[in-house]
Amino acid sequence: MTAWWVALRAVVIREALRFLSQRGRFLAALVRPLVWLLVFAAGFRAALGLSIVPPYQTYITYEVYIVPGLVGMIQLFNGMQSSLSLVYDQEMGSMRLLLTSPLPRWWLLFAKLLAGTLVSILQIAVFLALAWGFGIEMEPLGYLAVLPVLVLTGLMLGALGLFISSTIRQLENFAGVMNFVIFPMFFLSTALYPLWKMAESSPLLRDICAFNPFTHAVEAIRFALYLQWNGPALFWTALSFAAFLAAALWGYDPARGLTRRRAG
Amino acid sequence: MTGLDVEDVSYSYGTRRALDGVSFSAEAGRFTALLGPNGAGKSTLFSLMTRLLVPPSGRIVVAGHDLARAPRQALARIGVVFQQPTLDLDLSVRRSLRYFAGLHGLSGRRAETAIDAALDRLGMRERSGEQVRALNGGHRRRMEIARALIHAPAVLLLDEPTVGLDAASRQAITAHVHDLAAGGMAVLWATHLVDEIRPEDPVVVLHRGRVLVRADAAEIAGTQSLGAAFLALTGGEEAAA
Repeated sequence: MTAWWVALRAVVIREALRFLSQRGRFLAALVRPLVWLLVFAAGFRAALGLSIVPPYQTYITYEVYIVPGLVGMIQLFNGMQSSLSLVYDQEMGSMRLLLTSPLPRWWLLFAKLLAGTLVSILQIAVFLALAWGFGIEMEPLGYLAVLPVLVLTGLMLGALGLFISSTIRQLENFAGVMNFVIFPMFFLSTALYPLWKMAESSPLLRDICAFNPFTHAVEAIRFALYLQWNGPALFWTALSFAAFLAAALWGYDPARGLTRRRAG
Repeated sequence: MTGLDVEDVSYSYGTRRALDGVSFSAEAGRFTALLGPNGAGKSTLFSLMTRLLVPPSGRIVVAGHDLARAPRQALARIGVVFQQPTLDLDLSVRRSLRYFAGLHGLSGRRAETAIDAALDRLGMRERSGEQVRALNGGHRRRMEIARALIHAPAVLLLDEPTVGLDAASRQAITAHVHDLAAGGMAVLWATHLVDEIRPEDPVVVLHRGRVLVRADAAEIAGTQSLGAAFLALTGGEEAAA
């Protein structure tokens, strides 16, 4: 085994152990999408009529429509939280420790992102199982087909969080990030309403939604859950990942100074 | 060259100059103290030596490897203990150390052997199964020092490692690290506490980003105590300013 692989494995194991030992975090990560699914969607079902659009081949209830968006939401929160914890609490120390490893910095940051992504997939697995328990089912093989897509979408959203953590100093708390990153990304996407529904209310909103990388992540997840290929969504998600990762690497370039404000 | 060489390193945060032409070396087999009051630039220097920051001018050489030209070879020879604890409180001591061993490419048997050896050196072997949260402050610090030794570094950097510890733990850890230096490692120990320094230790006095003196502690102290000499060097200037 090469040192690269050993380090990747170590980072992933640490993240998984930390996650499993923090039951509160696990519960919070589950309760959030479940509230949306069981309360919001139930109430909203009456208000929103959905026509048959791909990948759906029959009429679906709103609960069924919203599931891929909530899966995306789990990854969105996860990506922001794990990266922001780097800035705000003692995790900054563990980041310093990570970066003293003699492996290339891009690999270390990638390992960190992949570890966070795998943790988000654990959360999603439990969420989908609970949804299934409430009668909200996807294609049986879709649960497998979505796995590689979730790796990509998780990496993309994690890279965005990492970039934000490295640069933006004004958003000094999680509420700021909620308001200015998570909410706009989530609401201006196809997570809650399909694009054509948005277009009915405002073409501008529709265009913003269509541009939002989160929309493409959600659509890639949605199609995979129904065993359908959505090339454009995967392409835009991959491109966004490349862009965010490049930005994050720039943000963590030692010549720019990761801890400029912090070192005394 | 097996120790650490810092040559003419400067660093600024915007217009504020944090380090100004800092040069010194820490030789193998010696406990070199980096002595300076708070705000002298010690932490900035540590960020530069661990490549969290890159100096715009000057050179840092670790065991013969230039940190700017061969960062990976240089980092592989450095062990670091940061001022802020960097511990996963919910993991066991051994799990935490395995994580760090993995970061340095050690796994399986080799990792376990290295971890046992490092724990033995700090007298921590019997605690390897405990949760880090259950350890007291002194043992947590010892664990961090053990962690820094796993990959057998040539240079050990410690940034005020006794902050927040009681007198007994402080003394024990200082003695442990002196032993490590006696074993052949180059140790750089940043502190503002003179009682952690022995008369034969080389001392670099850092004040307002500049090196004021480089000499053995006994030489700096002269006829007075090291503490009084240190105050005269730094505090006196402060009072005059």
